[in-house]
Amino acid sequence: MPPTIALDVIRYRPEQDAEPAFQTYEVPFRDDWVVLDALNYIKDRLDGSLSFRWSCRMGVCGSCGMMVNGKPKLTCAAFLSDYLPGPVRVEPLNYFPIMRDLIVDITDFMRKLTKVKPWIIRDQVWPLEEGEYRQTPEQLDTYKQFSQCINCMLCYAACPIVGLEPEFVGPAAIALAQRYNLDSRDEAAGERLKILSDHAGIWGCTFVGECTQVCPKHVDPAGAIQQFKLTAALDALKSFLVPWGTR
Amino acid sequence: MTTGRLTPFLWTLFSAGGTIAAFLFPVHLFLIGLAFPLGWLEAPSYEAFRLLIQHPVTRLYLFALISLPLFHWAHRFRYTLYDGLQLYHLTVFIAVLCYGAALGGSAAAAYMLWNLR
Ligand code: SF4
Ligand code: FES
Repeated sequence: MPPTIALDVIRYRPEQDAEPAFQTYEVPFRDDWVVLDALNYIKDRLDGSLSFRWSCRMGVCGSCGMMVNGKPKLTCAAFLSDYLPGPVRVEPLNYFPIMRDLIVDITDFMRKLTKVKPWIIRDQVWPLEEGEYRQTPEQLDTYKQFSQCINCMLCYAACPIVGLEPEFVGPAAIALAQRYNLDSRDEAAGERLKILSDHAGIWGCTFVGECTQVCPKHVDPAGAIQQFKLTAALDALKSFLVPWGTR
Repeated sequence: MTTGRLTPFLWTLFSAGGTIAAFLFPVHLFLIGLAFPLGWLEAPSYEAFRLLIQHPVTRLYLFALISLPLFHWAHRFRYTLYDGLQLYHLTVFIAVLCYGAALGGSAAAAYMLWNLR
């Protein structure tokens, strides 16, 4: 008999279940299979009613994030062979409301992302004839790492503050704000500083650092937040020493 | 919890203290805790040490070395109590207790360093 591995998967069908509960499935074990392959096997062969999000299967789209054995993971990058002998516990991302089975409601996350104005803002926009806004490789390097985020929300599911303080804007949103702050074409760093200089923003973070640990794209959101805090602290220091200054 | 206007300043102390604890403490622990007592490096004489410590710059350095990590601890411990134990109703009391302890420790350090002969 070919080897198999058990998956304990959270099921929640709001029309029939009072609350989420585990259901166990036995799937073939193959060492080139990731957790997402096992979930797709369940959906195709065992139980077509299982719902979960996925798309690219290669760590690019950011839609397949789930808790695997209690840790936030991209299920398309979590190999079954790392969880031997099983069972593998698969749950929806921590701290997000469950909509159905492994699918969470990301409305609040989307609201938080837009809150930080993650787009290039300029006082004056050049007319098209003037050509593109040019950037040197060095200027690109300052923010490139923070631009690699795929919005997988693993960092939110890892952050205890996100769980404790629902208004906390969260790691990916702050890293994204920093990505635009550091972009040489952008001129709205001051605006974002005002938006994020409170307890729902950067000061909510107590530097647990889990976000950076779990990020599959090495965005280092914790680093972005500390950079942001330094800017905010220097700014506060300046307005304390020079209260009649430009603010 | 409210974000006081002090937060950026407390964080600056926290982060300066953390940097010192991470980079300078190991050097001191290595020198005074291992290298000198085990004879890996020759220990300076008592007199030489005393002269060194009497210099105002050394005293200032020692003050920063002791005081800033106390504020690092205060900030960390405050949030450990606040978030970790979820003592939301005690937020002011916790803050006063933690930063107060760091202030007290810094004052004691200043007093001793000032009076070193
Ligand atoms: S910062 Fe990393 S963990 Fe967070 S959403 Fe972006 S890619 Fe995912
Ligand atoms: S399926 Fe796209 S990141 Fe996993």
